[in-house]
Amino acid sequence: MSTVTKIIQVTGTVIPVRGNDIDTDRILPARYLKEVTFSRMGEYPFFDERFDQEGKAKHHPFNDPRYKDASLLFVNKNFGCGSSREHAPQALFRYGIHALVGESFAAIFAGNCVMMGIPTVTVSFNKMEELMKLAESSPKTVYTVDLETSTLSYDGKQIRFDLPASSWNALVTGAWDSMSMLRANLGKVKGIASRLPYMTGFRD
Amino acid sequence: MAGRTLYDKIWETHTVERLSTGQDQIFIGLHLIHEITTAPAFDMLREKGFDIAFPERTFATVDHIVPTDMRSRPFLDSQAEELLKALEKNITQFGIEFYGLDSHRQGIVHVIGPQLGLTQPGMTLACGDSHTSTHAAFGALAFGIGTSQVRDVLATQSLAMDKLKVRRINVSGRLPEGVYAKDVILSIIRKLGVGGGRGFVYEYGGSVIEKMDMEERMTVCNMSIEGGALVGYINPDSTTCDYLSGREFVPKGEEFKRAVAYWKSVASDADARYDDVVNIEGSAIEPTVTWGINPGQAVGISEKLPYPEKLSDPEGAKRAYEHMGWQPGSPILGTPIDVAFVGSCTNSRLSDLRAAANIAKGRRVHPSIRALVVPGSTEIKALAEKEGLHQVFTDAGFEWREAGCSMCLGMNPDKLKGREICASSSNRNFIGRQGSPGGRTLLMSPAMVVASAINGKIADVREFA
Ligand code: SF4
Repeated sequence: MSTVTKIIQVTGTVIPVRGNDIDTDRILPARYLKEVTFSRMGEYPFFDERFDQEGKAKHHPFNDPRYKDASLLFVNKNFGCGSSREHAPQALFRYGIHALVGESFAAIFAGNCVMMGIPTVTVSFNKMEELMKLAESSPKTVYTVDLETSTLSYDGKQIRFDLPASSWNALVTGAWDSMSMLRANLGKVKGIASRLPYMTGFRD
Repeated sequence: MAGRTLYDKIWETHTVERLSTGQDQIFIGLHLIHEITTAPAFDMLREKGFDIAFPERTFATVDHIVPTDMRSRPFLDSQAEELLKALEKNITQFGIEFYGLDSHRQGIVHVIGPQLGLTQPGMTLACGDSHTSTHAAFGALAFGIGTSQVRDVLATQSLAMDKLKVRRINVSGRLPEGVYAKDVILSIIRKLGVGGGRGFVYEYGGSVIEKMDMEERMTVCNMSIEGGALVGYINPDSTTCDYLSGREFVPKGEEFKRAVAYWKSVASDADARYDDVVNIEGSAIEPTVTWGINPGQAVGISEKLPYPEKLSDPEGAKRAYEHMGWQPGSPILGTPIDVAFVGSCTNSRLSDLRAAANIAKGRRVHPSIRALVVPGSTEIKALAEKEGLHQVFTDAGFEWREAGCSMCLGMNPDKLKGREICASSSNRNFIGRQGSPGGRTLLMSPAMVVASAINGKIADVREFA
């Protein structure tokens, strides 16, 4: 029996990273995909935006001491587009980011996040703008992403967020770690395979 | 009742069960893997003590880290060597078919699947790589997945998935001279945006698409993901079946006839219902070039660079100008380049190389330009050499390389340096994509890359007829 981890709440301070269409090459440069395991990915998020060629730190929210120890990430539109590399959410997660709030997320990136138990919740453009401003002006603010009520709460305020129903279900029931769930139907999988003509060589 | 799309049909025949999350468990007919994105998946399997459900339905190759000049082992890059060793260990332990550097079947995973006839209409196909959308050109449901999903496919030959909406994209009319499949997809992405396909599967159709051969169709479908769509497919027709006929993994004789009947039956019904329809006029498409840092930031070759405030994302455009170092209102034509790259899973097939050679023939690459042509697979390399294309390229001053991903991404020795500007037939112009954080990439068709290599600056291929 595998243990089931339900993701209900993520609480913490936030790192705001502004900009639409931030791709996974920016989140995790390709050269780090050469590592055989994910174990060191937490050292690399946004590496080339944070450090110049000589390794000197550049101006970037991930280098800003005010945002140290954050567990949430604020982003804008179409975050995580491009390459399917799970190394990107792995890098964020291992850095300490356990939930993302944004205007929208790219499909493969959002899927990868759910499978790692990371909620990627969305709010409107206007709400996001407010949240970004607050995060930048008052970095100590603590936020809670609460899946049970689908709300983000902070400073005594509560706003509703969206999350696709299937992601919500997967996270709150602990079914995000899908392998065991899928494996339980292996008999049925074999049944489907035996009915698909291309699986049986188009024999009569 | 309205007819069904190809997407509806494949979804239905591949649904194992409705899961408690509300998703469907979808059977995956074909699984392709390469050296990147898979090692942790195998580790997770070992951790759980699971075997592979259908080892005969996973095929492996090596493409991303392959040096394209000298491929002898061990690689000079010890990390690359270790990654390939990990793949070799995994395929041996789990009994997976592998096309390595010594195999004539080796190549970029999205090039060899179709070439071997592994990719077929009516199937579901997954690979830990976002350009898996390429295979959907055959009328397959083909999409990229993350490493945890690779693990799921290995362990269960299935995935938990949400059904998406379908947007039909009609490209009607005829393409003008000098306009290629690459220009079509760049125009589509420019029009609909890099996030425009979120939540949708794309179905490409219309007379321009129907007239395309399979290699052109693959170029279009390859970049669906650049438009934010997980899958962008084309209905199978006789062009599809003719391409597949006789290929290694395609059934022969009576079985082939039955296969053709099945393949044609999965095409969308004439009265299929779409959630959205977009129409694009083919004759209005120009040779297209990207100017910014995402594939949607593109212009026709005769246009001027756009003013940020006229675009839907002014901030993104400003950031792009900052990185690229050019000014709104100036022409893209004539922009000096340093490097020219013909290759990648978008444009490294035989017809791409022919189109490129056509422009290169009897001409010389500008002396200041580093130019390379990298075939998409070992077989394409051999076929091209049989036709003498390598001679055309080397005579013109191009380097002729071994098959691999090469300069499409910075994971092998082929990289941009510093602030170099590259005219590239690949699919991503993201900051740092070609291996240098300051590097600059302009995406275009292979013919445009060659024309630009010859002029030493961005050229209009229509002047090379
Ligand atoms: S050629 Fe480029 S896009 Fe295609 S698989 Fe290789 S790295 Fe990915």
